[in-house]
Amino acid sequence: MVMTSEQRVEASELAGKGRSPWADARRRFFRNKAALMGLVILGFVVAFALFGNSLAQWSNEELDYNVMGQIVELGGPSFESGHYFGTDDLGRDLFARTVQGTQISLAVGLVGALIACVVGTLYGAVAGYFGGRTDSIMMRLVDIFMAVPYMFVLILLLVMYGRSITILFAGVGLISWMEMARIVRGQTLTIKGREFVEAARATGVSAPVIILRHIVPNLLGVIAVYATLLVPLMILTESFISFLGLGIQEPLTSLGALISEGAGTIAYGTTWQLGFPLLFFCLTLFGLFFIGDGLRDALDPKDR
Amino acid sequence: MSPLLSVCDLHVRFPITRAGDMPWTKPRYLHAVNGVSFDLEPGKTLGVVGESGCGKSTLARGLIQMVPATGQVNWRGETDLLSLSPRQMKPYRSEIQMVFQDPLASLNPRMTLGQIIAEPLRTHRPDVSAKERRARVAQMMERVGLLPQMINRYPHEFSGGQCQRIGIARALIVEPKLLICDEPVSALDVSIQAQVIELLKELQRDLGLAMIFIAHDLSVVKNISDEVMVLYLGRIMEKAPKAELYDNPQHPYTQALLSAVPIPDPVAERAKKIVPMTGDMPSPMNPPSGCVFRGRCPRAQADCAEVIPEAGSDEHQVACIHPGPMREKEMTAGN
Repeated sequence: MVMTSEQRVEASELAGKGRSPWADARRRFFRNKAALMGLVILGFVVAFALFGNSLAQWSNEELDYNVMGQIVELGGPSFESGHYFGTDDLGRDLFARTVQGTQISLAVGLVGALIACVVGTLYGAVAGYFGGRTDSIMMRLVDIFMAVPYMFVLILLLVMYGRSITILFAGVGLISWMEMARIVRGQTLTIKGREFVEAARATGVSAPVIILRHIVPNLLGVIAVYATLLVPLMILTESFISFLGLGIQEPLTSLGALISEGAGTIAYGTTWQLGFPLLFFCLTLFGLFFIGDGLRDALDPKDR
Repeated sequence: MSPLLSVCDLHVRFPITRAGDMPWTKPRYLHAVNGVSFDLEPGKTLGVVGESGCGKSTLARGLIQMVPATGQVNWRGETDLLSLSPRQMKPYRSEIQMVFQDPLASLNPRMTLGQIIAEPLRTHRPDVSAKERRARVAQMMERVGLLPQMINRYPHEFSGGQCQRIGIARALIVEPKLLICDEPVSALDVSIQAQVIELLKELQRDLGLAMIFIAHDLSVVKNISDEVMVLYLGRIMEKAPKAELYDNPQHPYTQALLSAVPIPDPVAERAKKIVPMTGDMPSPMNPPSGCVFRGRCPRAQADCAEVIPEAGSDEHQVACIHPGPMREKEMTAGN
């Protein structure tokens, strides 16, 4: 092909990477101030969970015998004693405990959301794509599972198999995927009617490949948004369980367990035992909600 | 020459279940395509025309088992495509490719141009290496008038006409024998329409493609077809070689359609006489008895309600019991 100079300039501009829908979404996300703030807050919380221990002067297991028995007078937050957030009721360093609790809470949230994403997406996409009887059976199954009060099941699991973090992960994963499956199924129904899916079918692409190559990538926006909103829900669930005294077992702790302990001793005037875990709990939730909101605006500019 | 595709008595019916129906209630049927037969020879084009809802697209989808169809679809006089299981059908899907109506909607927005065009190749020739595939995609892009440098771009960065070229490139990359074009130009501007049609004609000439070209615009079909089939409510009304159909239409429906084509000359357009056609197409759930067109036909008589006219098997088929050229008294002054 012979090109004029003008065409050649145009061609060189056209070469290289195209502007993908993801790049567009990224640009919109970073222009959103609230979402950016959420990202900064969450970044701070994550950094705190990852590197907090190297700042702590006490480990989370040591008891400070100097403050024992005089927690109200001596256990408050202070730089001199090295207890930046004070100590808990037993004289353990609350800063180290909060770091540990944040780690566990974030892990529960992430694992729950991850299970929801993988299982829920595949389940919902398969049900929605095949439709008909397959769809009816799969979705009625979800309805039945959802009708069972999940808190009851979770508590039963923890009582039966003992209170371990594995059971907690399993329980949270068990309940988290169903809502996701419903959302994904609904979206799949609209996407499968689009012409590009028909084009793939007409050319003989097999169903699993269509689901993975055409349906799921077009669902990722919805999934990402819902997953970021699911993480705080999972954290809340775990905290509630821990608050009831059934969650994480000592010496492990979570933000929910710390808040529970802090709430129990607040009558003695040790407000910091409630205040610091609660602060990190709120920061995490705020950050995640703002990011979720920002992602929704960035990925579905039409649905705003 | 033996026909590439020979369709005999094709029917497509959709069961309609209303909300509140019990599982054992017999569903009512929507008869979308009703006894269509035609032959298509290699390298030739069959134009399919009709109003929206007359079953043009359903006919195309029925041929390649995208919707459940009954009847016979003989491919190269050897295989009945409708008797094949989805797995057996797969090799034939590379020989019959399709171009869709909405150029942008038929391309996955999350895939690059290269991935989109390569998809049929990946599906049907998994042995072709990634490098070879890329080379073929680039070659095909150049063939349809796209710059190969644009291979990493996404569909939303292109205009409608360019998107349709991408759709054509995707269909032709596996070297099909038959291309089904489902209203490929309806969503495009008139000037772009001409470009795309010229491209299709050129590719057909070079590659020896047979085409089924669906449109609702008679002037578009006239340009590209060898033979034209007029559908109404899922039935063939008239089918004839192009020149014959346009110069000597026998069916009143064809005459009405032809007289509705605007003439690009205001004086001639104002002086033109048209065959008036009132009302809408009846529901395919509940078609009229006898001739399905009689409710809107200027020539309808009592016997039209009793006999279902057959199209026959001549070169010029007319499904009408009172065929004939346009009559003066049926026309009224247009506009």
